[in-house]
Amino acid sequence: MQRIGVFVCWCGTNIAATVDIDTVVEAMKREPGVVHSSDYQYMCSEAGQSRIRNAIKEHNLTGIVVCACSPRMHETTFRKAAKAAGLNEFMVEIANIREHCAWIHKDRTEATEKAVVLARTAVAKLNLNKPLTPGTSDVVKRALVIGGGIAGIQSALDIAEAGYQVDIVEKEPTIGGKMAQLDKTFPTLDCAACILTPKMVEAAQHDNINLITYSEVDSVSGFVGNFTVKIRKKARSVKADICSGCGICTEKCPSKKAKSEFNMGLNNRSAIYIPFAQAIPNVPVIDRDQCIKFKTGKCGLCAKVCPADAIDFSQQDEIIEQKYGAVVLATGFKPIKLDNFDEYSYAASQDVITSLELERIMNAAGPTGGKLLRPSDKKHPHTMVFVQCVGSRDTTGCGKTYCSKICCMYTAKHAMLIREKYPDIDVHVFYIDVRTPGKNFDEFYRRAAEDYGVNYIKGMVGKVAPTNGKLMVQGSDLIADRQVIIEADMVVLATAIEPDQTAKSLATMLTASIDTNNFFTEAHPKLRPVESPTAGVFLSGVCQGPKDIPETVAQASAAAVKVVGLLSKDKLVSNPCVAGSNELLCNGCSNCQHVCPYGAIDYVEKEFRINGKIKIRRVAQVNEAVCQGCGACTVVCPSGAMDLKGFTNQQIMAEVDAICR
Amino acid sequence: MTFDYYPGCTLKTKAKELDIHARSAAEALGIKLEELTDWQCCGAVYPMAKDEIATRLSSVRALAASRDNGRDLLTLCSACHHVIKRVNNDMQTDEEIRTKVNNYMSPETEYHGETKVVHYLEMLRDTIGFDTIRQRAVKPLTGKKIGAYYGCLLLRPNKVMAFDNPENPTVLEDFIRALGAEPVIYPYRNECCGGYISLENNELSAKKCDQITVSALENKADMLITACPLCMYNLDANTNSEHKTKLPIVYFTELLAQVLDI
Repeated sequence: MQRIGVFVCWCGTNIAATVDIDTVVEAMKREPGVVHSSDYQYMCSEAGQSRIRNAIKEHNLTGIVVCACSPRMHETTFRKAAKAAGLNEFMVEIANIREHCAWIHKDRTEATEKAVVLARTAVAKLNLNKPLTPGTSDVVKRALVIGGGIAGIQSALDIAEAGYQVDIVEKEPTIGGKMAQLDKTFPTLDCAACILTPKMVEAAQHDNINLITYSEVDSVSGFVGNFTVKIRKKARSVKADICSGCGICTEKCPSKKAKSEFNMGLNNRSAIYIPFAQAIPNVPVIDRDQCIKFKTGKCGLCAKVCPADAIDFSQQDEIIEQKYGAVVLATGFKPIKLDNFDEYSYAASQDVITSLELERIMNAAGPTGGKLLRPSDKKHPHTMVFVQCVGSRDTTGCGKTYCSKICCMYTAKHAMLIREKYPDIDVHVFYIDVRTPGKNFDEFYRRAAEDYGVNYIKGMVGKVAPTNGKLMVQGSDLIADRQVIIEADMVVLATAIEPDQTAKSLATMLTASIDTNNFFTEAHPKLRPVESPTAGVFLSGVCQGPKDIPETVAQASAAAVKVVGLLSKDKLVSNPCVAGSNELLCNGCSNCQHVCPYGAIDYVEKEFRINGKIKIRRVAQVNEAVCQGCGACTVVCPSGAMDLKGFTNQQIMAEVDAICR
Repeated sequence: MTFDYYPGCTLKTKAKELDIHARSAAEALGIKLEELTDWQCCGAVYPMAKDEIATRLSSVRALAASRDNGRDLLTLCSACHHVIKRVNNDMQTDEEIRTKVNNYMSPETEYHGETKVVHYLEMLRDTIGFDTIRQRAVKPLTGKKIGAYYGCLLLRPNKVMAFDNPENPTVLEDFIRALGAEPVIYPYRNECCGGYISLENNELSAKKCDQITVSALENKADMLITACPLCMYNLDANTNSEHKTKLPIVYFTELLAQVLDI
């Protein structure tokens, strides 16, 4: 028989205002096994914990139930307290009477009744608890960073600086990501390439960093400290180890009709190409859909002119397998498609462009050499209209419900840069709200509006009508309460951003959760913002939610610290609440093996002595190091042979009985 | 196939051409239009006030009658279609409106938005098919450049009307192609003509209409077609005579009957 102590927490007024604490304390005194029941204002405080420790010793308790907040909040706290008093930490049960009770009920009688039920349920389970001992597992001292934009680069640099090996897997031919495409950065207006490319070079030259570009993650298995990842290296058709990056092949390539991805399709590139001048690695790639050699078998000019003999048309995709202790997701974002926003005439007119396209037009290395020209006729524009929130904060279902966060600032930047360089251009900005919370951000926006004469109009645009070579922009001015029509030469759409399409498949591979918008979910929105709920998986940059460069870099470094903290451990304490198979009951049906998401169950042939005869039977065995304790196997087992330690079928039934009593 | 047909009051008076040719063309194409008995005016304006029940009743009566007949309800006038389809949506999705309307009308069987409301153009597109019309064209309008004028009521709000992309529609353009003519895409084809504001502020409506016709002319349209009597009225009353001679405006059913040689 257990000797159980129950400790009811008031949580100030959080619980005590809705739940009658005395009733709960008194009711628990009558529960089987309970020898002590008491309450305190803040059980998690040092004074509260010391009450628990003293009671364990004084009453010689074998287990405790703490009626308090969610176990996600303080289970660890109370387990530590129990351990300090000599109790096994798995002899601690939490009855969540705050989030599951006090916070969601108004009626005091009802809430008190429910708190009693929750508490006695925990007592019923604890009566059947057995002390458990966690095992340990090794940590592979190597990290994988998925995505080679500024987020991935920063995380990798910080992990590498701490002395650990890092691989960056990037799906594009070069690292650099979206930041490499930007012209200037707010709020200081330093050029993006000038601050990014040194970091790219640093990553490439770092002894501890290994770049795996033009590659994608194919599959992931294993668990925290010990992931096995298969990476598909796509065929570049160029031998990276002997290519000198001279670029002759790209010049001589006769196929020059492919749209340049780096320049947002505003100009063309050759079929063999290096995305941009500072690309890392500086090795070209053959776009096989565009290459004449791959399409017709004739040509091969690049191979003829290559002085290093590096062109290899026969190259195949290659799978590399590597073990990692931790994974950082830094998969970034892309602008949304504008198919649902025909009112802006993006598809109908070349002179309606997205903000990312404008970045390329403004950039000295861009398609116009940095001259602001209309895409349709290459003429100098005189009037420009910016439309903010295109697809952001959208409740119609055409776009995204969230704020993309970066558009107010980059639009202010664009407007300011244009007024600075071409004072003859009139610039109008349509906005719903201007949101500039950030260091020196509001000052920046005010400078655009006040010093640079950018005309900010509160209201949205309803229609952009291409008319006689101009764009008739029809919008509303909510402050003046009138319709405005602006005859513009160019319209720039501050397009909403969304997670890169690879996020979804990676989430499945890593069992990392994503939200309805496909952003990765953090373990706790406030207190664990750079960790995924899946142990060993960390989040860096926009893949977790919209953010600007300074925030991305900060988060990337934070994720790196978490990775370093993990990799610095030699052993990880594993969760002892894992599944186990009762071989005498197992009928060998394989149901458990099929549902196990971690591949933790194997079947073995084993000899059994049944009624004096030796019989060979096929039975399930659980690999405890791989099992994550999800319990799926226990539910599908038809013979009840599978059980989860700490959550046995018997314990669950005892809980159900206690609720239904 | 037989549809219940709701002509609406304008089609019995000012917009007879829209109605007459629709009936004859439907018959020629093997579609039977059974005019609802005792239909009442839809009110012509969808009531935006959530607690406005009386002005929804006439639509619900037509919808319930059609449900009892076991047929889809076919509409033609853009305004009628707009009002009836939106009221039907209210009856499907808004419990308060549904309860109040049913309490007031006390029908034998409560109406919960069961009837499917179909616009004449949807019937042409989805039931008959534009390919069939192309094959049946006796006098195709080869070489004619026609601008479709949608107006604002026919396609919006998109979620309720579920007809076509309101910002870049194609149904009338496909119809024009089926008649053998060439559609003219001009940017103001889905702009509002001013609607009822012409009664109060004709200048504003005139400005809107001018924007529409000038835009169509600039894009080399020979003619405009519409499905809305109110658009027809405003464009006709507000377009200056010079533009009017260059750009006649007709109902789409008139052209259909002409092409089918009825």
